[in-house]
Amino acid sequence: MVNFGFTISVTRAVEYDKNDKGCAEYVALRVPSSSACIGCGGCSATCTAGNLTEFNIRKIQMLMKRGENQLYKEQLHKCMLCGKCLTVCPRGVDTRGMILAMIEYMREK
Amino acid sequence: MFTFTSPNYEPFVWPFSIGMATLLIYITIKYIKWIYEFDKANRIKILKGLFSLGTLRSVKEIFLESLVHRKIYRENPMLGYMHMCFGLGWALLIIVGHLESSIYQASWANTPYYSIFFYYFLPAGAEYWGDEVFGFLMDLILLMILSGLFIAWGKRLYSRMVGMKKTTKQRPYDRLVKGVLWSIFPLRFLAESMQSAITGHGSFLTHSTGEFFASCLPVETLSYPLWWAYSLSLGIFFLLIPGSRYMHIPTEMVYIFLKNWGVKLDVKLGPNGELRGLSKFEVYSCSRCGICLNQCQLLTSLNNESIQPVYFLRKVREDVERGNEINNCLMCGRCEELCPVDIDLNALRMMQRQDHSVVTDETYSYIPSLSKTSPIKTGEEYSGCRKVAYFAGCMGHLTPRVIASMCNIFNKAGVEYHFIDEGGGICCGRPLRLSGNRAAADVLMQKNIERIVATGAEILVTSCPICYKSFKEEYELPIMVMHHTEYIDMLMHCGALNIRKGKERLVFHNPCELGRGCNIVEAPQRVLGAVGEIVATEFDGKASLCCGGSLANTVISPIERGRIAADALSRYTCSDPDCVVTACPLCKKNFAKVKQPVPIRDISEIVAERC
Amino acid sequence: MSDKKHIVVIGGGPAGCVAAERLSRLGFRVSIVEKECELGGNLNNWDRLFPDGKRASEMVTKLVNDVKMADVAVWTDVEPIEAKRVENGFTILLSDKSLLFADAVMLTTGFAPFNAIRKEEYGYGIYRNVTTSVELENMIQAHIVPDTVSRVGMVHCVGSRDEKCGNMYCSKVCCITAVKQAIELKQMLPNAEIFCFYMDMRMFGPGYEELYREAQERYGIKFVRGRVSEASEDSEGRVAIKVEDTLVGRPMRMKLDRLVLMVGMEPSAGTRSVAELLGVKTKVNGFIQGGDPHIAANQTNVPGVFVAGTATAPMNSTDTLNDACAAAFQVANYLNG
Repeated sequence: MVNFGFTISVTRAVEYDKNDKGCAEYVALRVPSSSACIGCGGCSATCTAGNLTEFNIRKIQMLMKRGENQLYKEQLHKCMLCGKCLTVCPRGVDTRGMILAMIEYMREK
Repeated sequence: MFTFTSPNYEPFVWPFSIGMATLLIYITIKYIKWIYEFDKANRIKILKGLFSLGTLRSVKEIFLESLVHRKIYRENPMLGYMHMCFGLGWALLIIVGHLESSIYQASWANTPYYSIFFYYFLPAGAEYWGDEVFGFLMDLILLMILSGLFIAWGKRLYSRMVGMKKTTKQRPYDRLVKGVLWSIFPLRFLAESMQSAITGHGSFLTHSTGEFFASCLPVETLSYPLWWAYSLSLGIFFLLIPGSRYMHIPTEMVYIFLKNWGVKLDVKLGPNGELRGLSKFEVYSCSRCGICLNQCQLLTSLNNESIQPVYFLRKVREDVERGNEINNCLMCGRCEELCPVDIDLNALRMMQRQDHSVVTDETYSYIPSLSKTSPIKTGEEYSGCRKVAYFAGCMGHLTPRVIASMCNIFNKAGVEYHFIDEGGGICCGRPLRLSGNRAAADVLMQKNIERIVATGAEILVTSCPICYKSFKEEYELPIMVMHHTEYIDMLMHCGALNIRKGKERLVFHNPCELGRGCNIVEAPQRVLGAVGEIVATEFDGKASLCCGGSLANTVISPIERGRIAADALSRYTCSDPDCVVTACPLCKKNFAKVKQPVPIRDISEIVAERC
Repeated sequence: MSDKKHIVVIGGGPAGCVAAERLSRLGFRVSIVEKECELGGNLNNWDRLFPDGKRASEMVTKLVNDVKMADVAVWTDVEPIEAKRVENGFTILLSDKSLLFADAVMLTTGFAPFNAIRKEEYGYGIYRNVTTSVELENMIQAHIVPDTVSRVGMVHCVGSRDEKCGNMYCSKVCCITAVKQAIELKQMLPNAEIFCFYMDMRMFGPGYEELYREAQERYGIKFVRGRVSEASEDSEGRVAIKVEDTLVGRPMRMKLDRLVLMVGMEPSAGTRSVAELLGVKTKVNGFIQGGDPHIAANQTNVPGVFVAGTATAPMNSTDTLNDACAAAFQVANYLNG
């Protein structure tokens, strides 16, 4: 299991009702293709950063969609924006655009 | 200064004079203010440039571009002629008119309005040196302007007549000013014609029309109000210029001087996000001609008509809220290539992209340290001239055929090479830079520089034009940087490769970052000419299209990228080539989305097959 | 010349053979036009069929016999080069200059396997040990799988469900083919480790899910949920792949002796050209557009032109044969109408 630096003591569940889905809503609006993800992992397989560190773009965007923002916030800036993920995604998701949108949302918040 | 009883004075000169003076004062103050904002280095450049060849070059450029409109002429003769009629025509009208009036007065120092309204002040029967020739010339020039005006009217009705699929949607204010501008010359024509009927001057044009008017109209009553109208239209036009697109007329000329004196664009915005220095001159130099519209593939393939430079710069100039047009641009440079005023369109947009990078020591600490890259083995004999480091680039790893071909070529040429990112490298940083994140890009740049220098190589060869541009322009590497196209060209030139020419008909798609971006146009032509038959298209060299894959655009979706690719390919393949050749892994990947019968190959693949 | 109505079936694969045989038995005069020298289509290039392991050759023999028994005229080595709509039918000019009149036309022009060269990142045609599922099938048939192979990876969805090569659809047969071939490989190479890299396992047909279980339980085939992003070759010719094991949540790197690309289906060149000749509408994905998917799937936009089998969408051989029967009835209804 990836260690994000802290543990959730209360519950292991994704508390969907309590989570803040603001970022998810923002990204869904900004990057409509993001909804097409099926989590195949093509992006995270090819990712230069992902092969060297725990940065995992597939997981980050899944966590974002579930509102688990604390778990990936610190990871976003590890992305080099090289666009390889964008070039392999079989679903035509603008993966790079999603990262940019997440960074933008976090900054504005 | 004005003798109110002078025969060379009439009250109608006032509108013109007031307009002219106001405009002059306005632009002088404005330009001085802008130049005052220049940094010291640029101000020194102006001082040094004043008495340099740059000044002469500028005069030449103003004549060729601002008056003759040579660049537009080259692309589109009809449109060029139209612009020349206004630019050169009006300039000649002023110069020849001034010459004529000065000769008549035998003095160069006349009031500014005198030559403008010369034919009014010229008494009947007056004779002077060259009067017939001047009369003829002035009529000819006026006719030229009127013919340009005629085309301009046609263009409004049917823009394809001048080869433009789209023309700029101008603001109501600009349309008003244009209306005033368009009224100036017909009014002058009418005023001179009527005057000619009274005083008998004028030549083939105004004299004939004057006689015609005299036969059916009370010319004596009409001529005086027409001179008033002419002066008013001039004066109003001058007063309206500052808020209109016609600010480009004076600004463009100053911009040309500054450019030739070597003043550099400051690529950063001011502390409050405001434009600084030369960028202001550039923004005001845009004439909103709309040539960029037809160049933009976001318009031609995606039907997006709002982000093009003409609209973008208008928003920048008027300082209205910019939406996604800052980021919704392929930065392919097709607009910049044809911009008649030579505005740094990409740079002006780039500087608006904000740097949001958050880089701490931790951020990129995951990138492995140098110990993992082993320095190149030296001392062994090889026939290649220099030690080479090869960098495939991120996207290169998705096009293994390009890598295999390059390795093949290195081996056949007997070149000892070190494959820097064989096991996977790190990004060159340009995609970060293109999205505004300069600080983060700098970190990656430093890491790459260390790796490249550690190889001990003397030439860095890359397969990716994006990396290439970055290595060449941003990295300041102590070694030579070449794109594989250039490198293959060099190998062929020094006879290291034994090429067999084939019969394949090849169309070359020059990647944006390579052709327009780095000026590599001839090397691919030479290489392809040696391996096959080049099929010329209208998109050769710097006129190449964008594949749609550009990482500089952070707005369009992958599906839209596919649409741009499909359109570009169908334009490339209309001459039915055997193969479309490119030199960029990203172009290759983006074109691969499109189902079409012609294979897309990299230039290195074709060469590797034939050597 | 009989006064029976004449149907020209274009394409002599499984769908064409079955449709022709059925129509002939329903009392029509039928001709099959086939561009290859023999009937059977893509089946001729296949060893065994899922889920029961029937020999494809056996199937072809049966189809050809049925066609013969049904008194169908078979034109091989020809293809239509011109088609015209005339009153009450069509005239079709063949490449050998013969002219056929048809009261109705049945398109059974089938599919072509996806050209794996287009998925460059997988290294097909570049690395020695990257093959397609079609090539693997031939190798299995010829018993030429080298026994030095100790690890094989099978990549699902190559050329299917992939925006990057313009094919958004699922080819339906690749998942089960991978399972079938994995089992066959394991039978030949009991010590080899076999991995299937999938995005979704689509076990929709009868017996498929059971075969999937069998592959896991009896043959120890390993299924990894992740899409392979790219492959490279090491100095010994082994294929190194990059994939994320999405269920573990981490990227995985692995070296393989052989990488098999499960290529999907694309409309065949014949499908595209015949559609153009007859003015038949195709879908965005290039397959022929059928009528109402529930009740008139075999009709096209051109009255009198019908379609069956993989010319209209990817399908397995079972569905293809059933589709052809259904199409035969639709043609009969039209002509008797």
